[in-house]
Amino acid sequence: MTEFILNDRTIRSDAEPGTTLLDVIRYHEHLPGTKIGCREGDCGACTVLVGELKNDRMDYRSMTSCLLALANVHGKHIVTVEGLTDPLQHGAGVEDLSMVQQALVNQGATQCGICTPGFVVSLSGCCLSHEAVTENLAIRTIDGNICRCTGYKSIERAAADVARALEKKDIQYPVAWSVKNGFVPAYFSDIEERLRSIQPLGKVAASGAMHASPMPPLAGGTDLYVQKHDTMHHAPIRTVFNDTTLKGIRIEGDTCIIGGATVANDLLASKELHSHFPNLEKHLLLVSSTPIRNMGTLAGNFVNASPIGDLTAFFIALDSTITLRASSGEERQVKLKDLYKGYKDLDRSPEEILTNVRFKLPTKNTRFNFEKVSKRTYLDIASVNTAIRLEMSRNSAGGSTIREAFISAGGVAPVPKFLANTAVFLVGKEATPETVRNAVAVMNEEIAPISDARGSADYKRLLLRQLLFAHFMELFPERFKLKELV
Amino acid sequence: MKASNRKGTSSAIPNMEAAAVKGSVNGSSTAGMKNVDSAFHVTGRSIYLDDIPVEQGTLYALPFDAPSAHAHVKKLDISKASAVPGVVRILTYKDIPGENQIGSVIEDEPLLVENEIHFWGMPMALIVAISEDAARQARKLINVKLEELPVITDPREAREKGELIIPPRRFRMGDTNKAWDACAHVFEGRADTNGQEHLYIETQGAYARITEHGCLRVSSSTQGPNAVQIAVARVLGIPMHKVEVDVTRLGGGFGGKEDQASAWAALVGLAAFVLKRPVKFSMHRMDDMRMTGKRHPYSSDFKIGFDKDLKIVAYEATFHQNAGASADLSPAVMERTLFHATNSYFIPTVDVTAYCCRTHLPPNTAFRGFGGPQGMFVIEAAIAKAAQALGVSAREIQKRNLLKEGSEFPYGQIADRVLADETWELADKTFDFDKQQAEIDAFNTKSTTHKKGMAIMPITFGISFTNTPMNNARALVHVYQDGSVGVSTGGVEMGQGLNTKMVQVAAATFGIGVERIKIESTNTTRVANTSPSAASATADLNGKALEIACNAILERIKEKASRMLNPGSSPGHTDAITIENEQVLNDGQATELDWDKLVFACRWDRVNLSESGHYATPEIHFDKAKEKGHPFSYHVYGTAAVLVTVDCIRGTYVVDAVKLVHDFGKRINDAVDIGQIEGGVVQGLGWMTMEEIVYNDKGRLLSNALSTYKVPDIHSVPKELRIESLPTDGHPMAIRRGKATGEPPLMYGIGVYFAIENAVLAFNPKYVPKYDAPFTPEKVLMGLYRE
Repeated sequence: MTEFILNDRTIRSDAEPGTTLLDVIRYHEHLPGTKIGCREGDCGACTVLVGELKNDRMDYRSMTSCLLALANVHGKHIVTVEGLTDPLQHGAGVEDLSMVQQALVNQGATQCGICTPGFVVSLSGCCLSHEAVTENLAIRTIDGNICRCTGYKSIERAAADVARALEKKDIQYPVAWSVKNGFVPAYFSDIEERLRSIQPLGKVAASGAMHASPMPPLAGGTDLYVQKHDTMHHAPIRTVFNDTTLKGIRIEGDTCIIGGATVANDLLASKELHSHFPNLEKHLLLVSSTPIRNMGTLAGNFVNASPIGDLTAFFIALDSTITLRASSGEERQVKLKDLYKGYKDLDRSPEEILTNVRFKLPTKNTRFNFEKVSKRTYLDIASVNTAIRLEMSRNSAGGSTIREAFISAGGVAPVPKFLANTAVFLVGKEATPETVRNAVAVMNEEIAPISDARGSADYKRLLLRQLLFAHFMELFPERFKLKELV
Repeated sequence: MKASNRKGTSSAIPNMEAAAVKGSVNGSSTAGMKNVDSAFHVTGRSIYLDDIPVEQGTLYALPFDAPSAHAHVKKLDISKASAVPGVVRILTYKDIPGENQIGSVIEDEPLLVENEIHFWGMPMALIVAISEDAARQARKLINVKLEELPVITDPREAREKGELIIPPRRFRMGDTNKAWDACAHVFEGRADTNGQEHLYIETQGAYARITEHGCLRVSSSTQGPNAVQIAVARVLGIPMHKVEVDVTRLGGGFGGKEDQASAWAALVGLAAFVLKRPVKFSMHRMDDMRMTGKRHPYSSDFKIGFDKDLKIVAYEATFHQNAGASADLSPAVMERTLFHATNSYFIPTVDVTAYCCRTHLPPNTAFRGFGGPQGMFVIEAAIAKAAQALGVSAREIQKRNLLKEGSEFPYGQIADRVLADETWELADKTFDFDKQQAEIDAFNTKSTTHKKGMAIMPITFGISFTNTPMNNARALVHVYQDGSVGVSTGGVEMGQGLNTKMVQVAAATFGIGVERIKIESTNTTRVANTSPSAASATADLNGKALEIACNAILERIKEKASRMLNPGSSPGHTDAITIENEQVLNDGQATELDWDKLVFACRWDRVNLSESGHYATPEIHFDKAKEKGHPFSYHVYGTAAVLVTVDCIRGTYVVDAVKLVHDFGKRINDAVDIGQIEGGVVQGLGWMTMEEIVYNDKGRLLSNALSTYKVPDIHSVPKELRIESLPTDGHPMAIRRGKATGEPPLMYGIGVYFAIENAVLAFNPKYVPKYDAPFTPEKVLMGLYRE
């Protein structure tokens, strides 16, 4: 039995825990406002807000309901477009539109209308968040919503109107403020109390352990539900998505430890990580979209073993170590770069859970950069991605020498690639254009890109070279000029 | 990104915030009115195909489609799949009671495979089950044995092998053979454009229910209810009056549901007819992308000649249209390529030929622009090539050759009310092309890692179905005794704002408030024998029919008013009566009569308050034997300046600005028409940049999901999209003098290709332009470093 609140109603659902929330909303609860566009998290038409109690306050995030297992929403508040207006009013007049809805109407930001509920829901998330809303932030909240009609300019104007209307938002008590100012209906005020009365489920939603071939643990589902859409529905689900012991970012001495079920947007929200990675926002915004970053976990990204996993590339270059825990409770540690043995072939048994990832925090001698190029800059899978971490030291001549180097590259091998030879080549050398030019030859020897829908092998090889240049131009802007490299 | 960069200055929209959603009650000034559906859209209450409440006993259909692009079928084994719990029946072509044929232009398209597979994704069998899930499980258990046959994916190869769907067509004006000698400069080359996935967010689908007397009611997500009706009737072998097709709205169409909605409706119709149960099918995205056709890829050759003053003397082009496995609408699409082969330019000597090439891809089909963009890309490529070789800017050549009043198009129509120069000049005056270029040159001199480029894109687009007989429409209007009005037309609302414009037309014609008007679903039992909602002509055709119907009722109502107010006047004398703001005026003076009272009086005086209006576009004609005539009721003009920045380290780019002057005529709805321009520009930009359809050499679609086929997101649109309106009195052939806005703006996007090319050339002067769209980041990077 899964219990959650859907808009203003408490739902106790007997549906299979692997059923997508989208199907539950549309076909069990008959709320057709949540639309189906792609069923793979790439269009945002099915976006819902997921509210949960965190640190004694309501935290609302947008997620795509097509990839969200019913088991993952137990004890949460799900908001669909129908829940954003007073459920007792069923007229079609403008008088019962929420402020976000009215902004979209005013700006003519809806044409065929089928993507519109997704935009409404995503933008409404701004109202309920605990952060101040700027125009850019409002636009960022709809970066996972695709519209094929409007060309987005009218939606941008509406988002700007919403941001302006939220200038005085009370970020301490956004729910109360939003109720008071007509952004969400009154029933939102009681949700927190109502959620407290829902009993938590056990960690295992279904008897995965008893199943002959245990299902892989389910985290955010953003890849499992794309790859195995037809089977997940009936699969025994072993969810770790809500396991708070697997979440969180903590610093112990010079080491950062991040729980395996931590989602990408948790990284983005971490002040501590920002202080160590000044370009974190720029880098992470290149990773999928807001709703997917709210669902996709680090462990999921690593274990999915996609050769172009963005976070995988990021953490390999940080020389990260992961912890794997067997069902017996026994734990072992593996370097992330050593997890990958071949295409989707891991040094991990299916029952093992990736509980955390740890890496040494950057120091003042550390240089870190992440690069990604895809057909579409945002919300796309990389043609090639790469990250680099260099530890620099002053040499006797007053220049700086590369003391340690870690470079990863995605899209150029069957696995997320640690460029071991290139790294070895760089160590002990000064960071000069000549060093980097020579590193390219080494790098070309250890990659084997293939041609596919994301680009030809030739292109990927050239692109990785360019991104290596980009790393050094970003890290040592005063020392590297493009014309000295090519 | 700074907030100030985000201002999409649509200065053309006056005070959007101030205009109320319901618009003005004054029927004559509703230009600020918002889309009539918007309050429903934003609350999630609009009803699309998959939202229709299902009737008890509804079954779910799912096609099993061919896992090969070209093969003989040796065996189709459905035994295991039939045994899956919940599967009711698996239908094959043998179960079709009528004809296994859905080809609308040419009868070359079987609904279900018989013995030979023509494309990867061609439906072979239809699984019908009690749930979609059961049908999907069953589909994995169908086995086929095939004998693979050679696969053609390239249109040039198809032409060489004689695989043409129709004989080639050729438009000629003058004799190019004689013209080349007189040219100071002649250039030849090749240009290619890839296809484009429609990516309507609502996938294809249909829902069929059995009604009395062996009839069917089919809800369909179609732009062509009439086409669906014909296909269903034909497949079932029943007369058309037994098939009712109803369409409430589409979640996007863009041409993809003009002809290609018919197969899915015919399949659920077949299942419902055979099983006597309601049957529904709403496609999964990957099924939709695999099984349906797209914008036609073209591979073309050009030859262009100039005199010493850069006037184009002669132009030849050969277009190879990749039609896919069957005709679908390809012959008509190809025709429009020929009509727009010279874009906005007057060229005295023209010889253009097009080949409709049969390949083993899903049948390609209508897509916003309908072959026009493919033709226009080639002439722009020819001009770009000449400009590069001659060391002049392309815009110098473009400007010198713009159409003039009285210019003859290669198809014989004489251009009138030409606005090519006007839009160009206003754009130049407003945006200052020289200054923009100087700023770009200055930037490019300074920056080593980023280069900017600009291109100007003029457009001229003909409005009307090029197939003259299709240019007609009907509207059915009922005025109810309480003064409310119900309107049915043959047009389909798919986001283009048709219903909003129809409300405005009816309200303005009657002189009443827009809230009086309700637009009904599009239904073949109310409006029959319609043309699809396409060719940018839907509002013109249906709006004119609606005006005719409203005026007929109005005339009868006014006659009644005249009898009430001027008892002595002669019967039929209604000139003194007008209705404004719902008040009845007699010789311009207010009376005690208003709309409510007058309509009620008519009802009880046995005045007919219903009317069906019929409109057939006058003046247009075309003789296909001579390839000459006057096919368009008017042309739409415009000029856009496109500015981009290329990151020369990474090969990525951003569109900084698209600034354009557009010929709206007398715009009747700001939100709808500006929305069409903004959406069209971005769709065209997508086609030219990131939207890349990839088939492998076996004819299998590799860009088969939203994860591998990318359309513009909110970050990839122009930072600045400025739209200026060319002030004119509009065109009398356009509805209320407001010109069609559906397709023309897409072609501004072509400018993005050439702007990127100019930026690449600024970095790498040795780059040899390929004229091969889309200009993906891959092609940019290769162009920066590998040429």
